[in-house]
Amino acid sequence: MSKTWQGHALAGAIRRIYPDATLDSSDSDVWISPDNIPTVMQLLRDDHQFRFDLLSSVTAVDLISHFEVVYHLTSLPRNATAVIKSKCGFGRESPEIPSVVDIWRGAELQEREIWDLMGIIFQGHPNHKRIMLWEGFPGHPLRKDFATYEQSIVDDDQLRIPESVSEEYESRNTD
Amino acid sequence: MNTAFLDNSWFRNIYCYLAGDSASCADRGYSSGFLPAGLEWLGFAITAFIIIFAVINFALGAVLVYIWAERRMLGRIQNRTGPNRWGPFGIFTSVADAIKTLFKEDIVPDDADRLLFNIAPIIMVFPVFLVLAVIPFGAGTFVLDLNIGLLFVIAVTSMSGLAVVLAAWSSGNRVSIFAGMRSVAMLISYEIPMALAVLGVIMIAGSLSLGAIVEAQDVPFLIVQPLGFFVFVIAAQAETSRTPFDIIEAESELAAGYLNDYSSMKFGIFFLAEFLATIAAAMIIVTVFLGGWRGWDPIPSHFWFFAKTMLVLAAIIWLRFSWPRLRIDQILSLAWKGLFELTLINIVATGILIAIWPEPTYAQLWIMAGINWAVFLVSIWAISKLLGTSDYARDDEGVHTLAYPVAEDELPDDLTLSKGAVR
Amino acid sequence: MTTQLRTEPITVNLGPQHPSTHGVFRMRVTFDGEEIVDVEPIFGYLHRGSEKLAEERTYVQVVTLTDRMDYVGSMLNNQAYMLSVEKLCSIKPSPRGVWLRMIAAELQRIASHLVAVGFLIQDLGAWGTPLIYTMREREKILDLFEMLCGARITNSYLRPGGVFMDAPEEFWPAMDKLLDELPARLDELDELLTANEIIFSRTKGVSVLTPEQMINASITGPMLRAAGVDWDLRHRDPYDFYDQVSFERPLHHAGDNFARYWVRIQEMRESIKIIRQCERLIEPGPVRPHHDDVPWLVRPPVGDAYAAIEHSKGELGFYLVSDGSISPYRCHVRAPSLINLTLLRDMLVGELLADMFVSFGSVDINMGEVDR
Repeated sequence: MSKTWQGHALAGAIRRIYPDATLDSSDSDVWISPDNIPTVMQLLRDDHQFRFDLLSSVTAVDLISHFEVVYHLTSLPRNATAVIKSKCGFGRESPEIPSVVDIWRGAELQEREIWDLMGIIFQGHPNHKRIMLWEGFPGHPLRKDFATYEQSIVDDDQLRIPESVSEEYESRNTD
Repeated sequence: MNTAFLDNSWFRNIYCYLAGDSASCADRGYSSGFLPAGLEWLGFAITAFIIIFAVINFALGAVLVYIWAERRMLGRIQNRTGPNRWGPFGIFTSVADAIKTLFKEDIVPDDADRLLFNIAPIIMVFPVFLVLAVIPFGAGTFVLDLNIGLLFVIAVTSMSGLAVVLAAWSSGNRVSIFAGMRSVAMLISYEIPMALAVLGVIMIAGSLSLGAIVEAQDVPFLIVQPLGFFVFVIAAQAETSRTPFDIIEAESELAAGYLNDYSSMKFGIFFLAEFLATIAAAMIIVTVFLGGWRGWDPIPSHFWFFAKTMLVLAAIIWLRFSWPRLRIDQILSLAWKGLFELTLINIVATGILIAIWPEPTYAQLWIMAGINWAVFLVSIWAISKLLGTSDYARDDEGVHTLAYPVAEDELPDDLTLSKGAVR
Repeated sequence: MTTQLRTEPITVNLGPQHPSTHGVFRMRVTFDGEEIVDVEPIFGYLHRGSEKLAEERTYVQVVTLTDRMDYVGSMLNNQAYMLSVEKLCSIKPSPRGVWLRMIAAELQRIASHLVAVGFLIQDLGAWGTPLIYTMREREKILDLFEMLCGARITNSYLRPGGVFMDAPEEFWPAMDKLLDELPARLDELDELLTANEIIFSRTKGVSVLTPEQMINASITGPMLRAAGVDWDLRHRDPYDFYDQVSFERPLHHAGDNFARYWVRIQEMRESIKIIRQCERLIEPGPVRPHHDDVPWLVRPPVGDAYAAIEHSKGELGFYLVSDGSISPYRCHVRAPSLINLTLLRDMLVGELLADMFVSFGSVDINMGEVDR
């Protein structure tokens, strides 16, 4: 049975090495400031207490006031998991956070996906390009302020079916 | 006029019906002809035209039937029905396909070299028809019995490589160019073992003429020349680029290889050439190694020839649909490190035997067969040891090597989050 | 002095319309002759914005979106999503529902591995024969799914706390028949493929990945086990009732294409064992909790939850964030197909063109999940 690190305990263990690294902790999560992400993540991967060698998942949540980047870490040797969170992008203007690709290559495609869909810039990412959408796509769709398709095509004449086509379609159906 | 062509009974019957008055026909017991004297050249032309027309149309029909048979057999192999809609057992499916292919739009890409692009299918298909010219389909039934028949076959079939390169290059498509490169490497490599494999046969038969080779097979050369047969069949598979040597088309890698940009009837002609080449290869195998049209009386020789051809084709289809494809380096190393050596062994062994018995009798042929089979088994074993993957033994199955520490150092409970009642 | 023949590398675009890219995947590949010098994967041709769509739907409606992510592993996707929802809402699932979804998940795993193996051999150049052999068995599994939930591919079978309906009477004999036949069919496949010299020489020692490389790149699932790492979430972090069944984790030490193929074949046999045990342990009862306990319209408390399962392709996780409303505030999918492609370049550079699609096929991706 794999075990989950208790948030406060993990924060305490990190604080013993980097006293200022953690911002906050809950039962399951530890919050780390974006500046400390590379050092703390390096510690979590290499230190014998943690040995988080596998980065399960990186994702981001748009919390309106700011963005939260969530790291799910797994340790194979200790059969344990932990959740690290980091807040960034207060004010929503170009949120930035250091990349962890140097520590875990598994973050490469996931961070590109977050940049593409959520618009968080990962400093130091070797290939910081959009992944799902094409270059030049307006905006980042997973943000809460991104206009959905229905909203964006209201009163957009170009996307409406032209009158002639719909008439032809109707006439074909009635025949 | 040279009258040697009148040895061909098929030709003679038509020609002498037309121009029976000529001296050469009269020698062979034909009384009178349809054409007046002095028009022998017209009789000759008409006869040649009839025969060539018959053979080519027969070949085209055979391709349609063969495509249908291959698809039906593929269906049987793969637990499904295969084409069964048009005609009884779906036999007209190929006809429907041919009509569909004819009516498709003929596209020439902008980047293509138009002249070469259009000429490549023709270059592909006509050597295959030329091969059919020298094959004896039955006793006395052939278009032409060239005295260098086998050499002619090998020379003419090597033109298909040129056609593939032209098609690949002129398409102006990078994926096609891979097919072109592969075809040059593979087709030329397999020319050599293919040509050397029949040397043993030529030594025993004492002739390059396919008619003479058939006549010489009191014992089918499959039995006397197992090594030659083995190499020749593999090389023929490669020359016709059938699985496991179908790297030129390599559907899963190059989409359709050199055919990527071809459509409509140009594509159709390539396909025709490919299937026709397979049929021709089977016919050559039958002629050279399986006794050709020879069989037991009173069943006519034509039946034996086509029955054997169908058997060989069935085997080729079976191979095609059960094996994966080899890689280009493996294919080339098989040609140069495997088949080439095997042919040399065969030539040496057969040469020694021919030196002992220059004119082998029936019994001596059987003794030669015994020795050749021993050579065959030993050399195949040795080559497979040299070229095969070393670990046939499935020793690496179920080996539980711990390559990485997992769950060796459990987390103490006071550091962990209790999971609660929720699963 | 030797003169080296200088060759010009050429860049070829393979995909998105290519017979062997398992969907609409595109690679920009630079070749030197036949040797691969550089690979740049280009994603996104099947991006449908599932994660955004999930934010507009209720928790149960999202199940239909998960079906369409990895469309050869729908039951497993459902399972991962439901575990996440249950963790978020602290729902205690009803035992019969859990057993049924374990059976469904293991059947789906067999079906998914059959597809993976079949298409791998197809990429090796076999003219469809092994593929159709595997597809034939998969059809029978899909027939079972049709009995369970009325759908073959897009099942949407699971609900919070269990499944939406019990298996019909005729399901059990049909499944028994399948489980009786399947080992023989797998042996047949083994006989045709595993001892085949061409498959040996084509797949052994090709695209080798070391365990350290793969763990660092977050690669999980059969790929990791093919390199000898005993990491299977069913065993290491048992969800559902996987702690009550016993099964082996097939491991191979090589980490090459053959090992990945071999591990999948063996895992199918283990899945059969698991289904047999589930069949023995399942008890009568409700297949989902009464709707007084778990309402049809789930409204979880504010919070977040991440739950992962061992998908046929790797660790499939769902990260759900709830704001207390009827639809997820954020639904993130940890897609194994996408993440397993992280090392695609390392796998392919230095190999030949012919091995490219074999290595790619051995990763066993599904474009619906890569692009979501």
